Amino acid sequence: MTTVIDLMAQVMSRYGLITAFAVVGVTVWVSYQLSARLTRGHLHGSAIAIMLGLLAAYVGGVVTGGGRGIADLEVFAGIGLMGGTMLRDFAIIATAFGVNTRELARAGASGVIALFAGVFVSFTIGAAVAYAFGYTDPVSMTTIGGGAATYIVGPVTGAAIGASSDVIALSIAAGLIKSMLVMAGTPFVAPLIGLNNPRSAMIYGGLMGTTSGVAGGLAATDERLVPYGAMTATFYTGLGALLGPSVIFVIIRAIMG
Amino acid sequence: MLAGAFIGELIGQLIGIDANVGGVGISMLLLILVAAKGRASGRLRPISQTGITFWSAIYIPVVVAMAASQNVVAAVRGGTAAVLAGVLAVVVSCALVPLLSRIGGEPPPPLPKDADVEPGV
Repeated sequence: MTTVIDLMAQVMSRYGLITAFAVVGVTVWVSYQLSARLTRGHLHGSAIAIMLGLLAAYVGGVVTGGGRGIADLEVFAGIGLMGGTMLRDFAIIATAFGVNTRELARAGASGVIALFAGVFVSFTIGAAVAYAFGYTDPVSMTTIGGGAATYIVGPVTGAAIGASSDVIALSIAAGLIKSMLVMAGTPFVAPLIGLNNPRSAMIYGGLMGTTSGVAGGLAATDERLVPYGAMTATFYTGLGALLGPSVIFVIIRAIMG
Repeated sequence: MLAGAFIGELIGQLIGIDANVGGVGISMLLLILVAAKGRASGRLRPISQTGITFWSAIYIPVVVAMAASQNVVAAVRGGTAAVLAGVLAVVVSCALVPLLSRIGGEPPPPLPKDADVEPGV
């Protein structure tokens, strides 16, 4: 019996990406069944699937102590590849096929405004929270502010201005929280904030900025909104990493004296 | 036609990797331009249709796999400060969405509520 299981695990590891497609496929199918049966379609199937994914990532992280969720288990390593940057970005780019150019041009300006507003608001809040928790030096405040932007902006900013490693870890954690909250919470807030058209999706992407969060959250809300939100969100991390260690750090240092 | 679409995506992907930050957005813009041109000249219509269906089918599983490979444990263990910073950033940014939506006139109508195509597995 154990040999059968070993053999299966061996095959699953060798065909990692195929295993990933199979496992994720079953998860998505189950989620759509749950969505239809239990919530009568009120909660989108993909929203359930994403939450199951996050849950699996938590379990994987606890079991292995690694940092890549369920993908740290060898038999599920393919899920890391499937959900990695390469395929994710490719899938996001491909969704641009469905974009309506007229909507895009009309929403362009507000998207750019949203980008800048999003970066500054997140930095401000992150820095304020940092201050409230006793991180009163400008370097830590800016770094944690960067974490409130995205989990990439935080460490990039921190490394650039010489933050300590525990502050950088804290900023990454803040960014991860944000990303997961956006991923799981978007379908719930969407009706409250009018997130049902290309323009608000672009604004949402620009304000939130976490590409994975926005891409996942919008997919769970209405797939057709994904390209619009993802479009602005992909510029956010670049903008944050550019402004964080420069303009925003200078501003925070000026305020803090 | 299919080859054209494929090369377009490939170029977009290559640029995306090279430029890294923001490259994805630029690739998307490129792809949109190519797609719009192709549609206008009537050469891309049927293919782009299948393209959209195919990728919306593959997209959800990729996103789910992405969710499953996040570092959830690190996020949870980050402590109160991290949670608060993350949550507040999301809440305030959310509140700004309706505000910014008003810039530039009436918000466009919501997308039509057509039958949600269930993504294939």
